Amino acid sequence: MLDEKTAAKAPSGFVHRFMDSDLVYSFLRSPVVVISFIITALYFLSAAFAPWIAPHNPFDPASLDLMEAFTPPAWTADGSMKFILGTDDQGRDILSTLIFGSRISLIVGFSAVLFSVVLGVGLGLLAGYAGGWAETIVMRFADVQLTIPAILVALMIDGIARIIVPVELRDEMSIYVLILAIGVSDWPRYARVTRGATLVERNKEYVSAARVIGVHPIKIMFQHVLPNVMGPVLVMGTIGLALAIITEATLSFLGVGVPPTQPSLGTLIRVGNNFLFSGEWWITLFPSLALVILVLAVNLLGDWLRDALNPRLR
Amino acid sequence: MSDRLIATSPEPALLELENLSKYFDVSKSLLNRTIERLPKQILKAVDGVSFSIKPGQTFSLVGESGCGKSTVAKLVVGLHKPTGGQIRFDGTNVADAKSIAQNAALRRRWQMIFQDPYASLNPRWRVHDIIAEPMRVFGLAGSSTELSKRVSELLEQVGLSAMDGEKYPHEFSGGQRQRVSIARALSSNPEFLVCDEPTSALDVSVQAQILNLMKDLQRDIGLTYLFISHNLAVVYHVADMIGVMYLGRMCEIATPQDLFRNPRHPYTRLLIDTIPDLEMTGKAREPVAGEVPNPINPPSGCSFHPRCPLANDRCKSEIPKPIHSATGMVACHAAEEGRLPAPQTVAPA
Repeated sequence: MLDEKTAAKAPSGFVHRFMDSDLVYSFLRSPVVVISFIITALYFLSAAFAPWIAPHNPFDPASLDLMEAFTPPAWTADGSMKFILGTDDQGRDILSTLIFGSRISLIVGFSAVLFSVVLGVGLGLLAGYAGGWAETIVMRFADVQLTIPAILVALMIDGIARIIVPVELRDEMSIYVLILAIGVSDWPRYARVTRGATLVERNKEYVSAARVIGVHPIKIMFQHVLPNVMGPVLVMGTIGLALAIITEATLSFLGVGVPPTQPSLGTLIRVGNNFLFSGEWWITLFPSLALVILVLAVNLLGDWLRDALNPRLR
Repeated sequence: MSDRLIATSPEPALLELENLSKYFDVSKSLLNRTIERLPKQILKAVDGVSFSIKPGQTFSLVGESGCGKSTVAKLVVGLHKPTGGQIRFDGTNVADAKSIAQNAALRRRWQMIFQDPYASLNPRWRVHDIIAEPMRVFGLAGSSTELSKRVSELLEQVGLSAMDGEKYPHEFSGGQRQRVSIARALSSNPEFLVCDEPTSALDVSVQAQILNLMKDLQRDIGLTYLFISHNLAVVYHVADMIGVMYLGRMCEIATPQDLFRNPRHPYTRLLIDTIPDLEMTGKAREPVAGEVPNPINPPSGCSFHPRCPLANDRCKSEIPKPIHSATGMVACHAAEEGRLPAPQTVAPA
């Protein structure tokens, strides 16, 4: 993969070492993973540059024309090249809403995973390293929460937020509430994995070596133990991203997620669902496809990462 | 207890342990105990151990697996809190150093080298950071260029290249890792090193290199060692004093010459008999009777009596008191009563 010149120039360079690693090797060996990566990267890029990529701005009421509502996709008899994937009931371009919708889905999914990783890893580290009462309280709490389906926890948090947040702020806050709801519903998984790995690491001699010189326990937890438990957590986080996107879509589909003015993929599917039986199939089909492809790609990446980072499977 | 030992030596000891004990509570959870009506179970890992180490000397602890030698090491460096007894370092009772500053001042003076060089270095840290950590913690660092210079010096001092600091631990062999471990231990300029079986995870050829390195360092910087090992042949070469432990208690303390020429505890004799020896090839060996008893439920009296060829009724009921001599200690009724047959063992080559 790497030409000789680069190798000779920077024998210990980061790029060289990275390109030479087992991870990159197993990545390039599997076409499925490469395709998943390209698809995921495309989603991320289109989400990041949505305003420039999308052919229309679906949220600008001035550009909407109700006369253009329910235009079928371009390749059908009534289709128009102006709207490649057709339009919805308000005349919004489906492709553009898709691009903006996956942006919201990715932002929510990513932030929710980040939130639950920070919460779960923090509490898991504390439980695993400190042991005793801290461990009992954190892990029993996690066990109890795991008995309730994550979606119910998220619904509950959403319900509580609806009571607390004033009406006029509700639409504005809804995306944060969603992130909080999904994040809180998912932390026990990360806490469990982190605690398990921490229990193994804390008895290793490098931790004792740090304790002998009197390094503060908090520092040991974050500087010594954390880097060694992050491997499995990163893998779970990747798979968790797919799960979080699905949870977000489910919540939005149920109508408790983001408002229709800022639709995510789930909201788009819900809105389109109303027109499914009247023959306007494209309004719900394309967001669903987009969701399935995104989740599948992220999931495949996560699966690969799990196998690639597991030394026992090498 | 160790008073008499100190009295015979003009030099004050650097480290003194007095009646040190560590009990671990290994009972099941409160719920299980209540339901199954089980009593609390206490494991006496270390039970009344006393010895002292003079500056610049090497004190070796030997014994079978599970006899409490590693627990003593962990107690000394503060990884465990003693259940009873005292640890005095350079005259200061370690338990008295309560403030953070006092604690750090003490901790700065000792360091530990661990058994498993594959587990004792953080796999995610560069060797440079591993070695620099004690200096950073104790604020000996100065500027980052000074720090790098010192790390390079240390790496060269332990026989590695100054360039090795950029590498990660997995890029080294076991012996090299142990050298890194030693460099880390030396970085805070300690006077006292606790070595918990530093060579037992290494190949024989590498063991010798590491032992020689440790001896050189002792000669050059005047280090004091507490050297834990189960390998008597290694101990014979490095130790100035040897303590033999059995089931958490000290059986015998003697100089290597005395210990190998004239072992006074039956357990010491048993240990010495097990050293592989070329001259013994083909000859029948005395098989070692029995196994180490369960330390949760140790035998009454002298804990060695079920395996001891000299045991009598007194050994079964009465714990032997330590008998001090000019250079050592033995805790055995047979030795006290003079029932000990003359030794036939020779020192290992």
